[in-house]
Amino acid sequence: MTLRLFGTWQDQSLDGIFAECRELAEDADFPTVKRWRENGGKVLGHFQVYFPEEIAHAAGMLPLKMRGAPVEPTHSDSRFGSYLCSILKTNLELVLSNRVELDMFVTHPICDAARNLAAVWGRNYPYPCQILYLPQNANSKASAEYLRGEYERVKNDIEAVAGTKVTDEALRNSIAVYNENRSLLRKLYDIKRTQPWLLSGFEAYLLMNAGGMILREEHNEMLKAAIPLIEVRPVKRQDKIRVVFEGGFCEQPPLDLIRAISQSCYIVDDDLMIGLRWILEDVPLEGDLLMNMADAYLEKSTYSPVQHDARKPKEKMLLQRIADSGAEAAIITAAKMCEPGLEDQVTYIKTLDEKGIPYFVGEFEENMTSFDSMEIQLETFTENLMFS
Amino acid sequence: MTEINKDELVGRGNKEGADLFREWFDDLADHAKKGEGAAYVFVMGSMAELLHVFDFPLVLPEITSLQTAVRRVADTYLAEAEDYGYSPDICGYVKADIAVQLRGGQHPMGQIPKPSIAVMTNACNTYIKWAEIWERIYKIPIVVIDVPATRAAGGQFQPGSSDFERDRKYVEAQIRELITLCEEVSGKKFDIDRLRESLGYANDMNEGWRRVLELNKSKPSLFNAVTDGTVYLGVSNNLRGTKKGSQFFKNLVEEMEYKSAHGIGTQIVEKYRLGFVGVPCYPIFRRFSEMFTEWGGNFVHSTYLNFASGGGSLGYQYDVNRPIESLAEGFLISVREAMDNMFHQDRVVIDWVKNYDLDGVVYHPIKSCRTVSTGLADGRRAMMAATDIPSLFIESDMMDKRVVSEAQMKNRADAFFEGLASRREMAKLAQS
Repeated sequence: MTLRLFGTWQDQSLDGIFAECRELAEDADFPTVKRWRENGGKVLGHFQVYFPEEIAHAAGMLPLKMRGAPVEPTHSDSRFGSYLCSILKTNLELVLSNRVELDMFVTHPICDAARNLAAVWGRNYPYPCQILYLPQNANSKASAEYLRGEYERVKNDIEAVAGTKVTDEALRNSIAVYNENRSLLRKLYDIKRTQPWLLSGFEAYLLMNAGGMILREEHNEMLKAAIPLIEVRPVKRQDKIRVVFEGGFCEQPPLDLIRAISQSCYIVDDDLMIGLRWILEDVPLEGDLLMNMADAYLEKSTYSPVQHDARKPKEKMLLQRIADSGAEAAIITAAKMCEPGLEDQVTYIKTLDEKGIPYFVGEFEENMTSFDSMEIQLETFTENLMFS
Repeated sequence: MTEINKDELVGRGNKEGADLFREWFDDLADHAKKGEGAAYVFVMGSMAELLHVFDFPLVLPEITSLQTAVRRVADTYLAEAEDYGYSPDICGYVKADIAVQLRGGQHPMGQIPKPSIAVMTNACNTYIKWAEIWERIYKIPIVVIDVPATRAAGGQFQPGSSDFERDRKYVEAQIRELITLCEEVSGKKFDIDRLRESLGYANDMNEGWRRVLELNKSKPSLFNAVTDGTVYLGVSNNLRGTKKGSQFFKNLVEEMEYKSAHGIGTQIVEKYRLGFVGVPCYPIFRRFSEMFTEWGGNFVHSTYLNFASGGGSLGYQYDVNRPIESLAEGFLISVREAMDNMFHQDRVVIDWVKNYDLDGVVYHPIKSCRTVSTGLADGRRAMMAATDIPSLFIESDMMDKRVVSEAQMKNRADAFFEGLASRREMAKLAQS
């Protein structure tokens, strides 16, 4: 039986599940991670955007998606310069302040700042801190084989930390758990797209976000409990603008900002925590499992500003996301100091201008507490659309 | 044997470097005039050795951009890109280049040709985002040569190991794909003998660069790593894999050997030997240097000279008998070295303290470049824990005057030197 790290969602009404998920999201002490450690478990913390969690899961570790937290970077500020995004600092703060204890840390070459973290972390902690070199040449015929080797290398390192060999059987089981999880998240997003009045963007986010902090088996159980309740939810369709939210692939907007947007719009699709939904189809459970995972990362995946793939120009992918979700407008945001996000903002805006699709542009920081002016601007934006 | 004329030799590298730099811009302008497309490449892994085989003129937009700052016109370029929509918080090099592109290639040093292809590494993620902009504007192919670098501190895979060979094969496969693409774009067949020739010149330059940096251990040091070093660095990038580049570095080694043998230093009386970590402050390049030289401080080494030469500082020697395999190996090792000089700079600096006999270290993180700057504060902590060397930490930018506070920087530099002087006095007293 799976250890339930979260648990309080059980036997709750749908609103109760949302409330528990919100409490978990706002708890900077990461109680689920503490519970795991109290039970003797080891933790692999990985930076955004995507990490093949199945490998750590198969080794019996808890993969923790480090997506920032509502904390002040009082300790980590001295490790960084001034012109950086918040998520770098808050993630390091979590470990420096002993809120979270890790046994291994992995970052990725997603941006100029994040790729420094293996070195920064490694100078501060004795446990393995490394970078997983996800391929940045997604169009090379050699990338999948290379990535398979990189996964094998990480698997070996994880085995050394976990003290457990990752058998094919264990990995197959983990991939199946994650396949189910991705399938349930797709179901959640289907509801957002087709019946957004049943599930606000904010509520969907709360449900999804919990997955990064608990075992995926428990997340699956929770989603399987919540989805049927959502489908029969007695709520009326409202006259709201359907929007796509873009810019949440790494640092996450404050919960209240997502809530504020959800109050005035139906967020019918987004890139929030996109790593959890990076792979779009089930990973096959036969054959070379690591190769299947590598292939899925490259060939059956969505898009983000931090991966170049000539087959997936970002502006075309955004237009596709808008079309597929039937959105009428887009909210184009970027985290403050997020270079990839800020650069793609320009592309998105120019493309939306060309296509005559309305958009709202903004910047956020995970710990911002006041966004009155943004709320007013957003309301004005949606009213203009509704009454034009 | 011909007697060396000291007057001709000392300072020759700076003069030749400046001339070659001018020639490079003039050559680009000629290509632009003829409407010939260029290969846009970057300093950390330009792949120049291969691109020369296809006769692509090479544009290095980091260098064309920084020249707008050195020439004190960057602000107008930055403003133009920001008016177009780019944030004040992204890389200034990118914005200056966008403005150059929006102006149809117009640059203070001459016309810049449009790209036919762009080749970059993953040494800097902004390279990729930058090239995506050209991809959209010009509908050109952009190619990332993905270089898996050091996974964890001190854990570089070494040639001969299976991990290294896996990485090398990945790079080689990408190079072979790039060759096919270059043939398509240029309409020229790949000529392996021309690659051999280009690798041979690159070998001369790598070895020359390594030797020149090594010679600066001399006392007094022979050149200023921030000012003179940047001139040499420009040649190492702009003329990589060329006969002129090869000759330049042979001449430069001759000059430095001579200076070392005769105890000839820079134009100041060297009182303090400094290490520099980061990127120079180009908007006030001369004044920035003077903040240190006025106190007798000379930069004897700089991480910039290591990473911005694409790791050429290692002196890797290609095996011209197996050119493609060796290019892959050298590229992997050298670009990895470039990245190590940014992400694991603490290890580099700790080594300098001993081998270059440093008195202090200046850290200069910049707003524009998170690749270089993100880990500097933490690296400084590690360096200070491992050595007894004072350091100065000043933030500004390599392009944007709005975040360069000259007076504040000068105050900090003055205080740093006062500390160095007092430390020296105390050491003398302790010895007496």
